[in-house]
Amino acid sequence: MNFEYAAAPESRSVVKIDPVYGHFINGKWVNGSSHFNSINPATEEVLSQIALGTAADVDAAVKAARNAFDKSWSKLSGRERGKYLYRIARIMQERAREFAVLETLDNGKPIRESRDVDVPLSAAHFFYHAGWADKLEYAGVDTTTAPHGVVGQIIPWNFPLLMLAWKVAPALATGNTVVLKPAETTSLTALLFAQVCQQAGLPDGVVNIVTGDGSTGSAIVNHPGIDKIAFTGSTEVGKLIARALAPTNKSLTLELGGKGANIVFGDAAIDETVEGIVNGIFFNQGHVCCAGSRLILQESIADEVLEKLKRRMDKIRVGDPLDKNTDLGAINSAEQLAKIRELTAAGEAEGAGRWSANCELPTNGFWFAPTIFTGVTQAHRIAREEIFGPVLSVLTFRTPAEAIEKANNTPFGLSAGIWSEKGSNILWATQQLRAGVIWANTFNKFDPASPFGGYKESGWGREGGRHGLSAYLKGSAK
Amino acid sequence: MNFYGLVDGSDSSLRNYLKQLPGVDQVGAEARAAMLATRSIKTTSKAWAIDTAISMVDLTTLEGADTPGKVQALCSKAFRPDPTDLTVPRVGAVCVYNDMVGIARQHLDSIGAHELPVAAVSTAFPSGRASMAVKLQDTEDAIVAGAAEIDMVIDRGAFLSGRLIEVFEEIVAIREVCGDRAHLKVILETGELVTLDNVRKASYLAMLAGADFIKTSTGKVAPAATAPVVLVMLEAVRDFYDLTKVRIGVKPAGGIRTTKDAIKQLVLVNETAGPEWLNPSLFRIGASALLNDLLMQRMKMSDGYYASPNYVTID
Amino acid sequence: MSGRLEVMKTYKLYINGAFPRTESGRSYEITSNKGEFLANACLASRKDLRDAVVAARTAQPGWAKATAYNRGQIMYRIAEMLEGRSDQFAQEISLQTGASAKESLQEVSDSVDLLVWYAGWSDKLPSLAGSTNPVSGPYYNFTVPEALGVVGAIAPTNKPLLGFVAAVAPILVSGNTAVVLASSSAPLSAISFAEVVATSDLPNGVLNILSGQQSELAPWFASHMDIDGLDISGLPVDQHGAVKEAGVENLKRISSFQATAEPGRILAFMEAKTIWHPIGN
Repeated sequence: MNFEYAAAPESRSVVKIDPVYGHFINGKWVNGSSHFNSINPATEEVLSQIALGTAADVDAAVKAARNAFDKSWSKLSGRERGKYLYRIARIMQERAREFAVLETLDNGKPIRESRDVDVPLSAAHFFYHAGWADKLEYAGVDTTTAPHGVVGQIIPWNFPLLMLAWKVAPALATGNTVVLKPAETTSLTALLFAQVCQQAGLPDGVVNIVTGDGSTGSAIVNHPGIDKIAFTGSTEVGKLIARALAPTNKSLTLELGGKGANIVFGDAAIDETVEGIVNGIFFNQGHVCCAGSRLILQESIADEVLEKLKRRMDKIRVGDPLDKNTDLGAINSAEQLAKIRELTAAGEAEGAGRWSANCELPTNGFWFAPTIFTGVTQAHRIAREEIFGPVLSVLTFRTPAEAIEKANNTPFGLSAGIWSEKGSNILWATQQLRAGVIWANTFNKFDPASPFGGYKESGWGREGGRHGLSAYLKGSAK
Repeated sequence: MNFYGLVDGSDSSLRNYLKQLPGVDQVGAEARAAMLATRSIKTTSKAWAIDTAISMVDLTTLEGADTPGKVQALCSKAFRPDPTDLTVPRVGAVCVYNDMVGIARQHLDSIGAHELPVAAVSTAFPSGRASMAVKLQDTEDAIVAGAAEIDMVIDRGAFLSGRLIEVFEEIVAIREVCGDRAHLKVILETGELVTLDNVRKASYLAMLAGADFIKTSTGKVAPAATAPVVLVMLEAVRDFYDLTKVRIGVKPAGGIRTTKDAIKQLVLVNETAGPEWLNPSLFRIGASALLNDLLMQRMKMSDGYYASPNYVTID
Repeated sequence: MSGRLEVMKTYKLYINGAFPRTESGRSYEITSNKGEFLANACLASRKDLRDAVVAARTAQPGWAKATAYNRGQIMYRIAEMLEGRSDQFAQEISLQTGASAKESLQEVSDSVDLLVWYAGWSDKLPSLAGSTNPVSGPYYNFTVPEALGVVGAIAPTNKPLLGFVAAVAPILVSGNTAVVLASSSAPLSAISFAEVVATSDLPNGVLNILSGQQSELAPWFASHMDIDGLDISGLPVDQHGAVKEAGVENLKRISSFQATAEPGRILAFMEAKTIWHPIGN
């Protein structure tokens, strides 16, 4: 007898989306001069019209941020700054359902994830950093604890609200003011966040939100009135920004791409490992910089793990992101879907074995079935390039040293996973792996107290924890 | 006895087999169980789940103060849970102490409930602390009195002190007494085994020794049927089927009081062992208060408003 | 005569989340700094202290196991609740000490801000007091700070609310539970603080508040074998020696502090656990 789960949709009525939005500059809403559509990737329905930020809009925002820094924000004690952040954290908790539904509509991720992961973590980031605002002398960064001034922040579309929290919370806690540009396809929760700033009574100009596309981002990066840039996105764009900033004195932190290796040893706890593999690559549709996108299996257990993995993948529920039982939502955009299709076609062309879960995909919207490629070697494009979708490349190893070698053989260095029941083995592997975040017997766990960031071409700097504060304090490094 | 060809009945063979089983990561297992608990089961699927859960209940009374009157009332309730609504299915079984089996069987037959089995707890339930002779007689008496199902307890003392072959041989002996007269549920008392690694090992041990069902608890010790424990047991029966092509049943017992709890169990079954286990021959829920909550939820689904305990019978 | 008759508050103890009177049935007069009658406070006995310690010990493992985030949230809520009762507490301070309305409100604001400051430490303590240690050998070696257990405190009289909060907050934030003896002559702020705590989701037994005579109870705090630490900032300096001597029996960690906002007040009631684990396969 089959247990069919009936539709369990979360209601949209908790959210009010305006037909058109402007920018949030100096504590007020400012009309945009031109707009573009923001759509729901699960249905292709137009949700709203978002303003395309011009150089003039960016200039106004930077001026507002500078004014706020000089006149109000830098005059406040850390304690008072912290209290604003506590207010923001509380209000986000109060409006949690609204944020979760909006994030799911705009991004395409399942409501279960936005409700249980994105929104609570975002509030927690503000809560955590509120407590640092008046304790910077204990952060071990330097003794002067001075902020940069005005920081420009450009965030991606995969965790729109969470990436905003990762950027804005430490920036404000350390005394900076902010000009933030959300990603083109996912502006709505950032715009709702502006309302939270107003409800919290945040002084005008401390947080400014300018929406737009790459040109808007470029205007921010190149604006001479900005002291520091923080960017999360692709390695390709990160390098463009780094080149643009090289001749300047601006400080830059980057959180870029990855091709995380998830290493499974023969002595792993198999069932939990399978869950960890699934979580590692299918959480958030694989739109995760630190995704475990390369599964590196010890040969001795490869067949057993792959069989269990496939059976588990067949249980993944793909569909309406607003349905509380959905596990895998929509791909964020037509553009991203095209990229995923291109790389998976390459995988097949290069001779890897393709297997996809047996699931019915909706006709409207952007969808991709959870997929694995077996028989992958380091030379395959799908082993080297970031796919940023629900596609797992499977490689094997014979000895621990070989596993580490394969894991490290990449220009990226963001994350890695280790599955083993032997503690010394885990600690040995963590010592060898060139990755900024290593998960042992778990995956995709985040916490405001836990520093996150990559080695090599995965970026510069860390976010979260005591380490994350140093990005926003001037110190003496140039 | 062949033990599915996986062990040869010796101590060393059993030890080696259990030792090579993969470990369970507690945090990971708890996270998986917690995620499955977020499944939202509404409308038609909820109605189906409620009726299925009712049909899986082993309606239980295991009190020192049990009397014939109490047992008879329980049996009537088991057969017709709601006298005002005959569409409500009957429960899976009635579960009583050994010396009440005859009374239960007689009463069930007298009201026409010939298909409703009586399950008896046996082997010096709940502690299991008695001689082998007593345990064997306990079982035989129950079957003779009309029990079609035997819920035995394992010797936890022996398990925890590493005398695994003793635990194994006891189950084998009780299995022999049951023969084809009764099916055997083996109670692991997971609350006393504590770790999920132990739950996995005990599950396999019981299945290899001939269990038809593995059961979490006596209901007399907390914690009883927690979600991670049931998860690990469902993984065990799933993997055992891959090895042997035999399906062993699972029975959580104790601590499942509300419809929400019961539905969470069904979700665990569905997404771990699979839909083949979603029927009373492979999944039972040991409970007493649960039945009334299922009935009240059933009423709400058909009437559309919240029910009151006044509208369901107390046995 | 105009005006209605005010319903006067009964000041009781706060033990295990409940508001019992002292088991001894005794009370004593609290007067304003001008000698006017304010209230009869409970004169707590050593048996009340005994019961409070049992409650604190029972609550301690659960409080320590709560996530740092959760403890921080609860302490922040205590600040929220205190903020909401600013006028009540300011009035009480003025009555007890004769301080002006402005000074009393300032003391309440300072107390709220101090709670917020300490709340923010809950998830940052390992940054301060934990480490990974570069030992010579193939071992992963790390130090983890942990809560001590049950900590007692004798609250000061000067600034009856702020001094009390300065004693309580650093004890609780790391996962200790507390038994606090309010100032003998000005206990009302501490006792009323129980109302704030009771509406803040703080689990029963985590904070217990007694009123009574320092001279009677301090020796019992000092000698109690199930109290792990003691903050004697509120005790006159000439009594410190006797208390420290009595505390030697179970090697109580005893401290006295000058500053209100100091991470040292937290660390004084914490342990440090260092763990070694080999690295290799």
